[in-house]
Amino acid sequence: MLSIKNLCVSIEGKEILNGINLEINPGEVHAIMGPNGSGKSTLANVLAGKEEYEITDGEIYYLGENLLELSPEDRARKGIFLSFQYPVEIPGVPMINFLKTAVNEHRKFKGEKPLTAGEFLKLMREKKQLVEMDTELTNRSVNEGFSGGEKKKNEIFQMALLQPRLAILDETDSGLDIDALKTVAHGVNALRSPENSTIVVTHYQRLLDYIVPDHVHVLYKGRIVKSAGKELAFELEEKGYDWIKKENED
Amino acid sequence: MSVLIDNTDLTLRLAGHFREAEALLASGSPELMNLPRKKAFQDFIAQGIPTRKSENYKYTNLQPAFAREYHFLHQRPKIDFKPGEIFRCDVPQLDTHLVILLNGWYYEENSPLAGLPDGVFLGSLEEAARKYPELVAQHYGSLAETVADPLVALNTALARDGYFLYVPKNVRIDKPIQVINLLLADSDAYVTQRNLVVAEPGAEVKLILCDHTLNLNNYLNNSVTEILIDENASVDYYTIQNQHNQSASVNSVYIRQMENSHVTTNTISLHGGLIRNNLKVIIDGENSEANVYGMTFLDRKQHVDNFTQIVHAKPHCQSNQLYKNVLDEESSGAFTGQIYVMRDAQKINAYQRNNNLLLTDKALMQTKPQLIIEADDVKCSHGATIGQIDEEALFYLRARGIEEKQARLMLMNAFAYEVIRQVKVEPLRDRINELIEKRLRGEISRCHECAYHCNC
Repeated sequence: MLSIKNLCVSIEGKEILNGINLEINPGEVHAIMGPNGSGKSTLANVLAGKEEYEITDGEIYYLGENLLELSPEDRARKGIFLSFQYPVEIPGVPMINFLKTAVNEHRKFKGEKPLTAGEFLKLMREKKQLVEMDTELTNRSVNEGFSGGEKKKNEIFQMALLQPRLAILDETDSGLDIDALKTVAHGVNALRSPENSTIVVTHYQRLLDYIVPDHVHVLYKGRIVKSAGKELAFELEEKGYDWIKKENED
Repeated sequence: MSVLIDNTDLTLRLAGHFREAEALLASGSPELMNLPRKKAFQDFIAQGIPTRKSENYKYTNLQPAFAREYHFLHQRPKIDFKPGEIFRCDVPQLDTHLVILLNGWYYEENSPLAGLPDGVFLGSLEEAARKYPELVAQHYGSLAETVADPLVALNTALARDGYFLYVPKNVRIDKPIQVINLLLADSDAYVTQRNLVVAEPGAEVKLILCDHTLNLNNYLNNSVTEILIDENASVDYYTIQNQHNQSASVNSVYIRQMENSHVTTNTISLHGGLIRNNLKVIIDGENSEANVYGMTFLDRKQHVDNFTQIVHAKPHCQSNQLYKNVLDEESSGAFTGQIYVMRDAQKINAYQRNNNLLLTDKALMQTKPQLIIEADDVKCSHGATIGQIDEEALFYLRARGIEEKQARLMLMNAFAYEVIRQVKVEPLRDRINELIEKRLRGEISRCHECAYHCNC
């Protein structure tokens, strides 16, 4: 589904990713872990198409297509979804307009008819339950005045509405209490299928208790320095990142 | 070949014109409008057409607009059509008392009085000055000082007609009054319009002003409106400016409000070659509130200048100013917001904000807050920002599959929302939103049913 080869990325002349290789097959859950500043969020943002990064080398293929040639909106319509680490507040853009526009842009892309207001509200009600989203929140502007936890729930709520093929969860666990974490994880798990894949970017093993990965990769200084099964997450939790750092000195 | 004409020549040209037209102006006008003409003209000559050296017109160059040759419309236009037939305001749910003014003249066949409450007068200022000379004379020229602004002086010298609205004591007009100002002349035209609004104690009224051009001639429109709001009265005053790029328009609105009164103005500029909006509010009674809003969309080489003055003359009052501009292509905008708190006007809250969105490197915005505070127990604030579209927000929308162009539109709409939501007449607000949407999409946002589908 996703194939990353020797990806090198820099921002303002500073190299952040330094030769990433990653293969993700349909149905798989990959966790990307690593200490602060290792390049986890950069990878997530590059996949979603954020433009301030410079791709200096390498390639990314998604469903057989050169991902780097696609605009962020085309990537989204082709099934890539980034759950943002810091979802931005957009005062003045009502949640409902935003969500309806997003859903209908996806439908248009697939050659489907846009949803009517009634159909859309029905879909929204159904998906809201999945993440226990407060109705009052969807009457506001996008993320405006949302708590940290509400913002993260809102991301998963959008994911549920858009039904992506490849979901990238960037530190979705940060700022969540244990109940919110469970709710969010429940939402993500409910959307899993043999056709869909998930990349979970996280600092801590905690989220992986609820969203169980098939593969765990450790990112350090812009490279994947270790890949293994889910047991690697426990090892990291126990030992911290220092031993990784030590192994990769020089 | 272009000829540079300097300011003095332009002023003298107008002086010559005034001498020629003086008899004509006087012959058809009521006495109270003739009385101030001579002095007003002297005041105009003394000040001249403002140049960029004039402090109050620093950001707006009126010279090119005045340098054109215009036909002056000093007589009631003879028209062989009904404006209502070629122009219908396309706001279907907006139920208003509607009147039309053509080139500054109250259109004779307006018949709005039927549905208005008893005692209300809505009609021609010229007619009102004959019918109710005492009432009109009491207020005419009481706020718009000819010594303070040359455009006001010129307006007073040339004024023939406009609308007059009188709302008697404790009369509440539920349905908004809509005044449509149409510009439609056979040649390039200079238009003068003079309006007067009197809201007696406890009166309530909402006014919607729509400015339109109906053909592609060059227009220079100089209008002055005086609004007197007595105690416990409330006036909402919405202006929607939708004129073509060859038009120049100077709109001066003077408001004086007394105890426990409310005024809200909202000036929405969608199109226009050059627009200068002067707004002065004198808060002359305690426990009063003035809310002054403005939203401007500009592109090509359009220029819009909002110049506001809020004078706090009495204690325990509040004023809010919020002006926003979206500037595209090579457009330019200006905002000057003055708050003047007089010595005894204690316990005042006066707020001012001006936010601007520049969409290109060539767009220009100039913003200048001016606070003059002579009292010592007041809360005043001002803030101005000039920025670009929020790239983080843009990426967020695009990352959800929303086309970049559409995402930008959503963000611009969001920027305007803070001003538009202050429009309390819901169908009007919906209509304004629709016009803005079309404006931002680059579609013609003038009323659909206008027979003149001018591409301007």
